[in-house]
Amino acid sequence: MILVVLENQRGNIHAFSKEAVAAGQSLASQLGMDVSILCMGENARSLKEQAKDYKAKNLILAEHDMTNAYSADGYSKVLSDVIKNVSPQYVVMGHSYMVRDFLPRVSAKLDLPFVSDIISVTYDGDNPVFARQVFNAKLATNIQPDSSSNTTLLSFQSAAFSSDEIELGGSDAASVLEVSLNNEDIKSSSEPEFQESASGVDLTTADVIVSVGRGIESQDNIPMVESLAKAMGAEIASSRPVVDMGWLPSYRQVGSSGQSVSPNLYFSVGISGAIQHVVGMKGSKNIIAINKDEEAPIFEIADYAVIGDLMEIVPKLTEELQK
Amino acid sequence: MLDRVVGFKNNTIIMKIAVLTKAIPSYESSIRIDSSSKWIDESVVNFVVNESDSYALEEALQIKEKLDNGSEVVVVTMGSQDNTSKVLKDGLAKGADRAIFIQNEDLNTDPLSIAKLFSQNLKDENFDLIFSGLQSDDLGSGQTGVLIGELLGMSTATLGIETDIQESKIKVKRELESGWFQWVTLPFPASVSIQSGINEPRYPSLKGIMGAKRKESKVVDGQLSDAPKQNFINLFVPKTEKSTEKIEGDIDGIVAKLMDILKNKLRVIS
Ligand SMILES: Cc1cc2nc3c(=O)[nH]c(=O)nc-3n(C[C@H](O)[C@H](O)[C@H](O)COP(=O)(O)OP(=O)(O)OC[C@H]3O[C@@H](n4cnc5c(N)ncnc54)[C@H](O)[C@@H]3O)c2cc1C
Ligand SMILES: Cc1cc2nc3c(=O)[nH]c(=O)nc-3n(C[C@H](O)[C@H](O)[C@H](O)COP(=O)(O)OP(=O)(O)OC[C@H]3O[C@@H](n4cnc5c(N)ncnc54)[C@H](O)[C@@H]3O)c2cc1C
Repeated sequence: MILVVLENQRGNIHAFSKEAVAAGQSLASQLGMDVSILCMGENARSLKEQAKDYKAKNLILAEHDMTNAYSADGYSKVLSDVIKNVSPQYVVMGHSYMVRDFLPRVSAKLDLPFVSDIISVTYDGDNPVFARQVFNAKLATNIQPDSSSNTTLLSFQSAAFSSDEIELGGSDAASVLEVSLNNEDIKSSSEPEFQESASGVDLTTADVIVSVGRGIESQDNIPMVESLAKAMGAEIASSRPVVDMGWLPSYRQVGSSGQSVSPNLYFSVGISGAIQHVVGMKGSKNIIAINKDEEAPIFEIADYAVIGDLMEIVPKLTEELQK
Repeated sequence: MLDRVVGFKNNTIIMKIAVLTKAIPSYESSIRIDSSSKWIDESVVNFVVNESDSYALEEALQIKEKLDNGSEVVVVTMGSQDNTSKVLKDGLAKGADRAIFIQNEDLNTDPLSIAKLFSQNLKDENFDLIFSGLQSDDLGSGQTGVLIGELLGMSTATLGIETDIQESKIKVKRELESGWFQWVTLPFPASVSIQSGINEPRYPSLKGIMGAKRKESKVVDGQLSDAPKQNFINLFVPKTEKSTEKIEGDIDGIVAKLMDILKNKLRVIS
């Protein structure tokens, strides 16, 4: 059996969880297994209602007062108990920040392999082989859980599967699992989620964006890219390290922990193309990337791959544009 | 980061903090698959400390300095002598009090086995806090700190972007997706993974570099007890999905070509 676990995101099924349903259903059909869907934790009852059309053998509810607020302790205990109870071959989730936070604990509690951040699945006969990105997306690797493991935990990178591929048809059965938790099980406590006051610019409406990465090397070189942006009538954006180092304010950051943009043109300068950056800009209509490394992963999604030194190209191009 | 804690200096708890710092190929290194097709050719790689780990170390050092009561910061690394020695020296030079090096020339394994090896070797130290990076920039499983926390019966949190030490507990501001955050409170002992950008990592001072030589560096022989639960089959170069036009050559040619694209193909300039 394949157990897909749904995550709550402010009242709704998390987008990554929907993709996980598609991933779980695809694995199940390849392997001739059934899918069960688990709704647990915060908002579990409503998740169950929202998931009722997904095709599954069983729609399971495991709720408890003590998991109404998220905690890594509580969630990992509940999921571990469910796994012991229903013995799935695979547990499937989206590779969300919450999954990063609690799923490794299930792996350690039950001594199970956890293959995280999977980008695709291939099959070696009846055995699935999972691919993940390594070395900052420059390479990928194939991984197979050891055959001695009865259960393997899997988390899928966003967009590895599409929620459009979800098979509908509802579940054959619905069940409720008793959850037992006591005070000693939960050591940590959490406060409500909040957003930092959104200030600065809204990059999402920009038509042209010039985005700068660590290849710029120093804060002193930022004006060089600002001039390019100005000459093109573009907004300036950046990758995370540029913000981390304080070279540009955080509202300029594009990526999984910044803004998601889809301009007509995304002009990237000295950015390698790590997945956490790419998720925030891959919807751009046109992508030009300058990078001195011919194998930079950004070139995989670029329409125009400019292989060269940004320190030379940017000033020259700016000059040309200003003419 | 800790400025708002009142009366911090009077805090009586003396803390023992471990920071896991991993040696990874620097981002400029050329990454080539070796003849086994399972690992990279390390002879052409320059090893440096993993980015988020250097933020984790800085956070630990700032907590120690703020407490100013003889609390201790210990850098811990695992791997081969050749790859890791610079990472430990750097940690000591920045201000860690001592180092633990878990020597293992063959780490051909999975995050859970690695975490078990860390746990076996760190258990008797009884750390109040273990800081790690949120994920390594080479294999990037993003699991090690949480696994160790569970194995050692600690409370855990990930993606820490601010910390606040209070009597017998740590508050951690966790980064969530797309600009959301959440504060969690963990009793000690706690294992917390740190996100890049939480602070401004320092550079080692000359005095620090000189002093590092006299600091204790313990070497333990790391023997993996369990067989890995995940088998690493091979490394490969990802395929390009999109048709990409390459633009290279002399600088004038590149700029002329870009001008043509901007003007005539994309029409973003007139
Ligand atoms: C949970 C999590 C969330 C994250 N969120 C985000 C996010 O929201 N946004 C984000 O961007 N990242 C995010 N990251 C970080 C991400 O993984 C990468 O580390 C980051 O995107 C790398 O930024 P970069 O491309 O600027 O730097 P690097 O990867 O260091 O790349 C620099 C590039 O510049 C090139 N270069 C250097 N010099 C020159 C030159 N002279 N000319 C031309 N090219 C040159 C190099 O070849 C290299 O490709 C996150 C990571 C995690 C784990
Ligand atoms: C075929 C093969 C060969 C390998 N060879 C080597 C090798 O020669 N050297 C090597 O170091 N690894 C090697 N590894 C990788 C090693 O197994 C991984 O470090 C381990 O699986 C942890 O996963 P991760 O890097 O994805 O850590 P993540 O969970 O992403 O790391 C999170 C954090 O944990 C801490 N951490 C993780 N690993 C270490 C470490 N080793 N030392 C200190 N802190 C750490 C860091 O703070 C890091 O930021 C090899 C793996 C395979 C499959």
